[in-house]
Amino acid sequence: MSRAGNKGMTLIVKTVTRITLGFILLYGIYIALNGETAPGGGFAGGVIVALALVHVMLAFGRDVSLKWLHVGGLRAAVSIAALIFLLAAWPRGQRIIFGNDIILPVCEMVIVGAGLFAIFVALVLVSKADKEAE
Amino acid sequence: MLEIDLLLLFMIASAIIAVQVKDLLSSVIAVGAVGIGLSMSFLIMKAPDLAIMQLVVEVLSLIILIRATIRKDLPFSASGRWAFNTFSMILFLAVFLVFAYFSFSDMHRFGAPLMKVSQEYLGEAMAKTGAHNVIAAITLKYRSIDTLGEVAALFAAVVGVLAIARKVSRPGGIRK
Amino acid sequence: MVTYLLCLVLFSVGLYCVVRKRNIIKIIIGIGIMEYAINLFFILIGYRSNGRAPIFADDQAVVNMVDPLPQAMALTAIVISLAVTMMLVALAIRIYEKYGTFDITKINRLKG
Repeated sequence: MSRAGNKGMTLIVKTVTRITLGFILLYGIYIALNGETAPGGGFAGGVIVALALVHVMLAFGRDVSLKWLHVGGLRAAVSIAALIFLLAAWPRGQRIIFGNDIILPVCEMVIVGAGLFAIFVALVLVSKADKEAE
Repeated sequence: MLEIDLLLLFMIASAIIAVQVKDLLSSVIAVGAVGIGLSMSFLIMKAPDLAIMQLVVEVLSLIILIRATIRKDLPFSASGRWAFNTFSMILFLAVFLVFAYFSFSDMHRFGAPLMKVSQEYLGEAMAKTGAHNVIAAITLKYRSIDTLGEVAALFAAVVGVLAIARKVSRPGGIRK
Repeated sequence: MVTYLLCLVLFSVGLYCVVRKRNIIKIIIGIGIMEYAINLFFILIGYRSNGRAPIFADDQAVVNMVDPLPQAMALTAIVISLAVTMMLVALAIRIYEKYGTFDITKINRLKG
């Protein structure tokens, strides 16, 4: 997230993005964790996280944000979350292994957020291929 | 319920604008108005979970639709038989609505649901699952497999989009 | 009763768009409007007059809540509709890249 490079939007948008990104991510996590007692849930939180990542991508341009976001890390996070999701559904007597009040929404949030962001990245890469073709 | 009727009229007007306007960007933004109206009507109909979900999903799908509309397009060819096609379609929709009106007389009255299954959920949810939010109790505890299927469908969509939008084609594939 | 009919009118607008328009983006929009109408119809079926949102509070009794089951079903349906919209947009972009147009009457020729 350096100031190098003229890609992306103007300096104002970049600065505001830098300030608000943490709050948006925090709000997504809050929505995901608070689904038991208040409106919300894992999926809505995951979509908010994905929107925060899309926000970064729109403001800073493709190259900078992909370097900062580290796609391999996202892939590892999704894999681990899916594995935990599978384990959390494993019945063991009357109880479930993990208390799924916290584990399940967080896993769902990670899977949904990274998956929707992957879709957005794929669509943006298609447009880049178009420009190269032209 | 006057509020929900007014919101529905607003949504119908926005939907007609979205269908009929020429410019694609204006059309997508009018669909955004329909989605926001839907979110507000969920809030009025006492479904706050759905209101949050609809608002968030609407923003994301709007971004993706706008991404799809940034294309220059050729002018569309106007064919003959425009009037015949349109009027037959409107006639079909009118017949559909008339039959729907008569079949609604067999349904329960608006504002008095049956709630044969839901009464069990409402009575037991707090004691059995410990969740204050009954919808979270249903989707995450009583019907967890449903949520697993939902995540699986989303994952299938992700894989499908990544396969469709793949930049490098397979060697010897169809594309040149 | 009027509310149900207005909801079906919204569905009809989406159906008209799907059947009658030629632009692929317009067809995607029509499918989206139909999904909105169906989700709203679920909620309208489960509504109870002067009901409360189905969230328990400590100081209130269980009486007079709206039906939570259609809301849970519609929650799943919204997710599926998002997945379907994304899939359709990806397909539309691919079709534009291959044929150079969004018009569905011009893309029926075989090419490859």
